[in-house]
Amino acid sequence: MSKRIDINRIKDNLFRYFGIGCTLFGLLMLGIFLYSVVSEGFSRLDWQFFNSLPSRKPEDAGILIPLFGTMWVMILTSMIAIPLGVASGIYLEEYGKKNRLASVIEINITNLAGVPSIIYGLLALEIFVRILGLGKSLLAGSLTLSLLILPIIIVSTREALKAVPKTIREASYALGATKWQTTWFQILPASAGGIVTGVILAISRAIGETAPLIVIGAMLYITTLPSSPMDDFSVLPIQIFNWLSRPQKGFIVNATAAIIVLLAITFILNGIAIYLRNRWQKKVKW
Amino acid sequence: MVKDISKDKLVADKVNVYYDEAHVIKDVSLTIQPNTVTAFIGPSGCGKSTFLRLVNRMNDYIDGFRKTGNILVDGQDIYDKKIRVEELRKNIGMVFQKPNPFPKSIYENVIYGLRIQGINNKSKLNETVERSLRRAAIWDEVKDNLNKSALSLSGGQQQRICIARTLAVEPSIVLMDEPASALDPISTAKIEELIHELKSQYTIIIVTHNMQQAARVSDKVAFFYIGELIEFSETKEIFINPKKELTQNYITGRFG
Repeated sequence: MSKRIDINRIKDNLFRYFGIGCTLFGLLMLGIFLYSVVSEGFSRLDWQFFNSLPSRKPEDAGILIPLFGTMWVMILTSMIAIPLGVASGIYLEEYGKKNRLASVIEINITNLAGVPSIIYGLLALEIFVRILGLGKSLLAGSLTLSLLILPIIIVSTREALKAVPKTIREASYALGATKWQTTWFQILPASAGGIVTGVILAISRAIGETAPLIVIGAMLYITTLPSSPMDDFSVLPIQIFNWLSRPQKGFIVNATAAIIVLLAITFILNGIAIYLRNRWQKKVKW
Repeated sequence: MVKDISKDKLVADKVNVYYDEAHVIKDVSLTIQPNTVTAFIGPSGCGKSTFLRLVNRMNDYIDGFRKTGNILVDGQDIYDKKIRVEELRKNIGMVFQKPNPFPKSIYENVIYGLRIQGINNKSKLNETVERSLRRAAIWDEVKDNLNKSALSLSGGQQQRICIARTLAVEPSIVLMDEPASALDPISTAKIEELIHELKSQYTIIIVTHNMQQAARVSDKVAFFYIGELIEFSETKEIFINPKKELTQNYITGRFG
């Protein structure tokens, strides 16, 4: 009997160490990656780097154009994807009937979230670039990324709405509220934390995407800042990809410096998302 | 004796309810007078909650819900196409089994029903908050903390906030779905006392599993069993001299 317990305890401990090992593996890899990037690129981060146009000489080149492009894409993609995604999520969760069609739509949206991003690029190339004639513009790029993150926003919106107890909806209806009033005054405020978190994570995914933008042809040598959604553009990941494919050592350093900038933006966005999630979770306890 | 139908608050006439194929309310007819407390009793799944939710049409959202027969409130068919369900629910309030205040301040909870009607007049709102909280017998406990989250209160206090919130929209009928089943005995006693006081202004229908509670608070009792209304009469009649054996068995605790 006691032998059995001993064996069980050993198994328990074994798994504990195995778990610690797995966790450390991920952290270690991230640490090595960060160290190599920062040690190589950090010293390259100066005002000139942020404020320069592309150049054939690595020491003259900078990320002004792609940094601006990334900002533009972030804003445009948010403007397109957030209203569409949140509204679809609300419709599917609060309004749509729970019938067979609804479950087919649900499975499809979940599947869409897992479609490789390059396939979205092909779709966008056909629809936005060719049929709608938007060319290789910022708008085409932002629409492409919006398509890509729409399923993520829809799914996370629905999850956040689902987390609001049914009793709150009933209480609101029982006082004579319409569906929209219930959604607007009760459900959305109570689920805002979850929705905003999902949206931010989706946006931070969008600004790291490269493949679909390369497919629609955003990989250009541009020397002017975009001034409207119809202008050509480049973004940080594409600039990084571009620099990494050059033979000169200087461009590799530039690329790592640009990676630091991109990572910083992503970390900041994720940080905001985590902060908001914790804050809202503390506020609302059911 | 000639019955004056116009005085009836609620009339149900041969009501049947189906959820898809399941026949959950079978041919129920009953009449409720104004300013009375009616208790619905019966074992779980007997249809009493379903019947209660017919009255403010909360079943409308359930997929597969279907009903036949008529329910009249103040002589008006509440399932008529012309009836706006939001208007109906302002007149027929509901208090739920589990206290379900909104995750907002006490003040915001009470005025929610007015806010959604577009009433923003500060003095009117303040007045409504005080009157409703007084009627729900919780004013003295919360009057200094109206901006505190309603979720910070105890279960019994939360339930009285929910009652105040219901009264704020000035309903004429208040439906209560086991309002004290999640509360401790002292809170329960307070709610029961409250029901007594509210009777003078409202018609109350309460679903309860607690026989003593039904005996204490109600004027009439309706006993449901597997979707049928077995017996409906004066509370005293039901408890002292039930006509049906099934009722007798249930109230004496032989099943249920």
